[in-house]
Amino acid sequence: MARLSYLKALQRALADEMARDSSVCVLGEDIGVGVNNVTTGLLAKHGPLRVVDTPLSEQAFTSFATGAALAGQRPVIEFQIPSLLFLVFEQIANQAHKFSLMTGGQAKVPVTYFVPGSGSRSGWAGQHSDHPYGLFAHVGVKTVVPATPEDAYGLFLTAIRDDDPVVLFAPAGSLGVRGDVDLAALGPVPLGVGRVHREGTDVTVVAVGHLVQAALAVAEQLADQISVEVFDPRTLYPFDWDGLAASVAKTGRLVVIDDSNRMCGIAGEILATAAEQMRLTVPPKRVTRPDGAVLPFARELDLAVQPQQDQLLTAVQEVYKSSR
Amino acid sequence: MSVGEGLYRTMRLIRRFEERAIELVHAGEIIGGIHPYIGQEAIAAGVCAALRDDDVITSTHRGHGHVLAKGADPVRMLAELTGRSTGLNGGRGGSMHAADFGKGIYGANGIVGAGGAIATGAAWAAVKEGSDRVAVSFFGDGAVNQGVLLETFNLAALWRLPVLFVCENNGYATTLTVAQAVAGSITARAEAFGIPAVSVDGADAAAVLNAARDAVARGRAGGGPSFIEATAYRFDAHHTWEHKARVRYRADEEVAAGRSRDPLDIQGVRLDADTRAGIDADVEALLAEAVAFALDSPRPDPAGALDHLYATGLRGRDGVGLLDTAVR
Repeated sequence: MARLSYLKALQRALADEMARDSSVCVLGEDIGVGVNNVTTGLLAKHGPLRVVDTPLSEQAFTSFATGAALAGQRPVIEFQIPSLLFLVFEQIANQAHKFSLMTGGQAKVPVTYFVPGSGSRSGWAGQHSDHPYGLFAHVGVKTVVPATPEDAYGLFLTAIRDDDPVVLFAPAGSLGVRGDVDLAALGPVPLGVGRVHREGTDVTVVAVGHLVQAALAVAEQLADQISVEVFDPRTLYPFDWDGLAASVAKTGRLVVIDDSNRMCGIAGEILATAAEQMRLTVPPKRVTRPDGAVLPFARELDLAVQPQQDQLLTAVQEVYKSSR
Repeated sequence: MSVGEGLYRTMRLIRRFEERAIELVHAGEIIGGIHPYIGQEAIAAGVCAALRDDDVITSTHRGHGHVLAKGADPVRMLAELTGRSTGLNGGRGGSMHAADFGKGIYGANGIVGAGGAIATGAAWAAVKEGSDRVAVSFFGDGAVNQGVLLETFNLAALWRLPVLFVCENNGYATTLTVAQAVAGSITARAEAFGIPAVSVDGADAAAVLNAARDAVARGRAGGGPSFIEATAYRFDAHHTWEHKARVRYRADEEVAAGRSRDPLDIQGVRLDADTRAGIDADVEALLAEAVAFALDSPRPDPAGALDHLYATGLRGRDGVGLLDTAVR
């Protein structure tokens, strides 16, 4: 076993795929130097035709990647900050995503968009701290939010190999997570398959991205009172509804923790689906950012807007108590 | 068929295709209407005559001319416009998204200026593969004010990519005139990035072909991008919707003057009369076949409405959440 960080896992996945498949190329800002430490060393190894340092022209280079993909390449784009995805929503949601259907299956657009450091990075304030994964799930773009180093490796690999556009969010809160990993056993992780990190029988907690760690901590804290099952969907679209249903069938109680805005957020979709189709014994709860939140700068204000571990603990206790 | 005859035939095909399509719009056989290319045929015909089958084009909402000139089958094209399963896109794209990837046609596109970066990416892929393919992006004068297109000029010039930008200046972005919309000049936008730019008479297919040949040769030889502004007059409406809405933004005298320089006549008089009549008859027969094929073709099965949504075949959940059914 080796100690592997989440960030190193991303780096390793990209390096392995570029070595394995010459159609894989990476584009983005400051990736030659590798300011985010994911593309480190790739320029020297593969040269400027496969590691393309781009000007600050996100809209153009995002559709440029679409054109390259239509012509047989398999581009990966690094976005330095999550909010750039707002800028290129047209290029991803309205162009890349729609080619397959609109052309009647003539075309495929295998592009991976990844953000190393999504969500809050403490002090990056309003325009650098969003988590817009729900937008992509809503329009139907495959959306991945790994929580552990082995999943970061495996899901990045799968995203690159997938024939459709895939957006991968690597939450800032996950980049430093380390795990003991058997390097030889690292491999692709399928999209649409969740993972139970801890089994339990009383309450299912669905946690997205870095909040998986918070959910595991809460489960541990409550271990002698409430048996908490921690379900990590890993991909938000497609979502592992069968996996969630199996968990809820056991517990009958559901809490979702999601670091994005409440209104029309992924947590709301999870609760709605559970309410429609699963056997809930008590009303479920969600812990999210507030409606329409803009992350304020000061540490106290930033933290006040992000979902917190103690809020999750309270929600789990309330859902558990309400059935007794 | 000589080059000149080929240019005329392509233009005649586009002209009559559009006229038959407009009839089908009015007959209710084509829903959603079309953006007729009538009057601009020489641009698509001239540029595409300089291209090979494996070269790539991206087109616009006014895209029928480009798609036909690049070699798509007019029969399956008309079936696409009438929403038939035999259409180029299986009835999934229609007028604004008609595509034929086997002919390097990366599709008409519903967003103004969106094709530029896609074509440039395809041109980059050609370079990466060591091919001498080129890519062409057609767009209108409205697109020159789209930021993404200006970003794209920079990338194309910076990386010396084999892409040809063709601006069809028909004087209007829908109803807004170039004078109302464009500060500076159109070619100066390209020149600012170091892209060689020329203006040509977009009613003269031979002039367009000459300019396109130079640009394509430069691209194939590694000389980087080129820009052609082709001026033309849109004879018909921005969209067939105008036929009923009667929007007034062009004076009758202006329209008459514009139509007096018909690109089909400009090229047509260079052929002898018999040759021209023979081509016209061939085109009529082909379009009669296309209309009959389209109208006789089956309509798509609604059960397959979301077929091809994902290249991998992924299926999402249905839109109606039924209780007491298995979770999907």
